[in-house]
Amino acid sequence: MNAVIIDKLKARFGEQSIRVSEFRGELTLVVPKDHIVGICRFLKEDAELKFDLLADVCGIDMNTAEKRFGVIYNLYSLSNKFRLRLKTFTEEEDPKVPTVTGVWGTANWHERETFDMFGIVFEGHPDLRRVYMPEEFEHYPLRKDFPLMGIPGSIPLPKNK
Amino acid sequence: METRTEEVSKKSKILQALEDQNTSVTFEDPLENDMILNMGPQHPATHGVLRLLIRLDGETVVGCVPEVGYLHRGYEKLAENCTYHEFIPHTDRLDYLSPMNNNTAYTLAVEKLLGIEAPPRAQYIRVMISELARISSHLMFLGSLAMDVGALTVWMWAFREREKQYDIFENIAGARFTTSYTRIGGLAQDVRPETLAMVAKFVDELTGHIVECEKLLNTNRIFLERTDGIGVITRDQAIDLGLTGPGLRACGVDHDLRKASPYLVYKDLDFDVPLYEGGDALARYYVRMAEMRESIKIIKQVLEKIPSGDIHAFKPKKVLPRKDRIYTKMEELIHDFMIVNFGVEPPVGEIYSAVEAPKGELGFYIYSNGEGYPWRLKIRSPSFVNLQSLPTMVRGCMISDVVAIIGSLDPVMGEADK
Repeated sequence: MNAVIIDKLKARFGEQSIRVSEFRGELTLVVPKDHIVGICRFLKEDAELKFDLLADVCGIDMNTAEKRFGVIYNLYSLSNKFRLRLKTFTEEEDPKVPTVTGVWGTANWHERETFDMFGIVFEGHPDLRRVYMPEEFEHYPLRKDFPLMGIPGSIPLPKNK
Repeated sequence: METRTEEVSKKSKILQALEDQNTSVTFEDPLENDMILNMGPQHPATHGVLRLLIRLDGETVVGCVPEVGYLHRGYEKLAENCTYHEFIPHTDRLDYLSPMNNNTAYTLAVEKLLGIEAPPRAQYIRVMISELARISSHLMFLGSLAMDVGALTVWMWAFREREKQYDIFENIAGARFTTSYTRIGGLAQDVRPETLAMVAKFVDELTGHIVECEKLLNTNRIFLERTDGIGVITRDQAIDLGLTGPGLRACGVDHDLRKASPYLVYKDLDFDVPLYEGGDALARYYVRMAEMRESIKIIKQVLEKIPSGDIHAFKPKKVLPRKDRIYTKMEELIHDFMIVNFGVEPPVGEIYSAVEAPKGELGFYIYSNGEGYPWRLKIRSPSFVNLQSLPTMVRGCMISDVVAIIGSLDPVMGEADK
């Protein structure tokens, strides 16, 4: 299965675009963010692969100068009972990744959560609001530079009337 | 006056999301008046702190925006500052109706990362506690759904059974509610034979009690009219919205991780995956009732097959040593000191491990950079994802059905809000 996926993607999107790694039997593909929507749509709609369930989307802060933020997509194929992980990276200044809500509807809340926690903006998302933190909150809690104790005063208390 | 405009601008994003929704719902007898109703977060029928903003035409729901996050405790941030062992008690507080399942799911994920496996006896016990927790969660579902649509007796009966389960959990783990029972590579302590006898007695009697509840509900006209054809979601919509667990199986999709990618010893056990076609609240009720029977079947097999032996894997640098050996052996003392202070140090890598929790797919994604703390730990909580399909389910229903639909979806906010 691994070889089939890699061959198909390389034939379609070019040899250079995909970096493959494997750990504990799980396949991870690092892809450029410009191709993410195309690759996702291809993986979902290909008659053989059929990754029809998007299990999870999450962000990661690599805390590196270059390509600091990553977005991780955990896909699942109901018919092949197979998992695949896609990763894409974006820069620290003005992090932006195209949205995959057009491919899987479930990406909507997952991407909102990633935006809430890391400040990664999903371009083209229909409803990019914070999901856990209050709307007026200005920080991104899961970034590595956000302290575990929180920032005093960052969540305003309700005013006494 | 100024504070009022401030409040309005604060709310505007949620309201805007509601107003932006496609409200082209066709239903009989529209009144063409528009009303916005705020349900929750402090509403007994929303199962915790779930807030819904609902747009109504008369009594019919034309749009809905769920708002979560009132119970957000930042577990993913906490996890980055805990060793792998220290995070186990936090998993109890995710889906607090089935903490045993969360414990098992988390330790399985860490074990996959470390590349170790618990010994057979521990695996059988993990299956048993997972299925007990599934029954416990489904009994809660049964009671609360029945209460949401107006039948209080079932709630009492379901809670009587859950009480017995809490006694069992107390005997197994030493705690009724927050069990923290599993350890990386094993379990906190072994299960005593008298506890196994308690479990055997409990599952023997449970079938009869389930039948009692079903007698009250399955032919009850009020219950059927409140759930039959209510909150329908189609197969394709459910897959698109990432619905998992009983909700997905009620749409006729044969997806159960215990069968699809068997973990623990599920492949040696004989059980079926109940499927229903309706995709409505009633089908979700039927699926869960059938799943309880399957769980009873699994537990009975576990009680027959459970092997004797050790409950800890022999991996001195990964698994906490036994207390009696720490006090008497130098090697074990060193390992205990290293594991407690610096954590088990997994290799650099990333894994995603999921189990079939009572609510759906509970997954843990762990990115390790080789230290004793996870660099990133993501909890894929089924309740959070399942809630996303709520707007689809409630569109076109009556306002009173919203309560029944939330009940049939069975979200737990501790898990949805993390």
